[in-house]
Amino acid sequence: MAGNAPTSTEYITHHLQNLTFGLHPDHGWAIAHNAEEARAMGFWAINLDTMGWSIATGLLFLWLFRFLARTATSGVPTGLQNALEMVFEFANGIVRTSFSGQSKLAGPLALTLFCWIFFMNSLKWLPIDLIPQIAHKLGIEYMRIVPTSDPNATLGMGFAIFLLVIYYSIRNKGFSGFAKELSFRPFNHWALIPFNLILELVVLIVKPISLGLRLFGNMFAGEVIFIMISLLPFWAIWVLDVPWAIFHILVITLQAFIFAVLSVVYLSACFEEH
Amino acid sequence: MNINMTLIGQMIAFAIFVWFCMKYVWPPITQALTERQQRIQEGLEEADRARAELHKANEQAEETLRESREEAARILDKTRSRANQMIEEARTDARAEGERMIANARSEIDSEIQQAKSELRAQVAALAIQGAERILESSIDEKKHREMVDRLAEEL
Repeated sequence: MAGNAPTSTEYITHHLQNLTFGLHPDHGWAIAHNAEEARAMGFWAINLDTMGWSIATGLLFLWLFRFLARTATSGVPTGLQNALEMVFEFANGIVRTSFSGQSKLAGPLALTLFCWIFFMNSLKWLPIDLIPQIAHKLGIEYMRIVPTSDPNATLGMGFAIFLLVIYYSIRNKGFSGFAKELSFRPFNHWALIPFNLILELVVLIVKPISLGLRLFGNMFAGEVIFIMISLLPFWAIWVLDVPWAIFHILVITLQAFIFAVLSVVYLSACFEEH
Repeated sequence: MNINMTLIGQMIAFAIFVWFCMKYVWPPITQALTERQQRIQEGLEEADRARAELHKANEQAEETLRESREEAARILDKTRSRANQMIEEARTDARAEGERMIANARSEIDSEIQQAKSELRAQVAALAIQGAERILESSIDEKKHREMVDRLAEEL
């Protein structure tokens, strides 16, 4: 919370502002002190909070599963191993049921996406003001801790999937095969090639964008509602906050699951023969 | 909420995480789980085999038990019949012995009767002679009449 007794609007916009570090036309490389400065930086800026929290959660995921990888034996698993193996089997199940090709990438991709997004989303369960207040005490002005409520993060993952789709399509079908697939579907006639091409390219580009925007939309909306709830008097917050947080057990898991499954399905399509 | 380099940063982070997961996380876990699956499968198969073996052993034990029971019954039967036979033999022997003893006794008695008879005869003869002597008052020559009385006694 910046300044004394911020208005509701200030409070909300403050909470929705990333900690942006970038090249400002007037100040050079610096951390933006307000939304206008951040906007003025344009593309050449980086959201430190988004990157930081997403890398932290990603490392948490890798650390947990590296632990499992080091300790997993053919013997009886214990405690944490058991829980992690359950998640592992879950990701493996996604690949088994949704992925038709043979690829060493699909499994790790599904596991990484599911766990990473789950961890990023679950930062939302932390009280909305907790981390920003601590950051404020440390002199950091803005702190949005849920990376998936930043479209940069979700679209970033979406476009990464998009690149993989392109790569595997060309690798498995050849460039001509891929081009043919784009040109002769859904209407197999040479006169309709431009029409097909437009249609298929839209379909192709919509996939990663829908992936990213779906996750972003869900998480952003949830965050906004958490912020709104926290504007209530302190003794009434829990009445709405608790049900909303419980509801997010579903949303957080479901969104992570959907992102992982759809990614695997999109990749699977690159391995299918027509 | 602007689109900026974070997008690229996120792509790079994502790529690194997936790469790490693919290289250092997924293969060992998959291997461990596959091994475990194999071990469980082997364990189950072994359990099945052991169960079959136990079943077979049980059957065999039952068979052996049945056989030994039959054997015992057979031995018992044999023994019983042998005992009966022995009792029967003993009975026959005893009967024969008894009969023999009875016959012995009888012959002994007979011979004793004969002896007594002969003794009596002698005594009777003597008594008769004595009596006759007394009656006849020494009129009789003992030597002369002796033969006669003996003959008489014989006829008794």
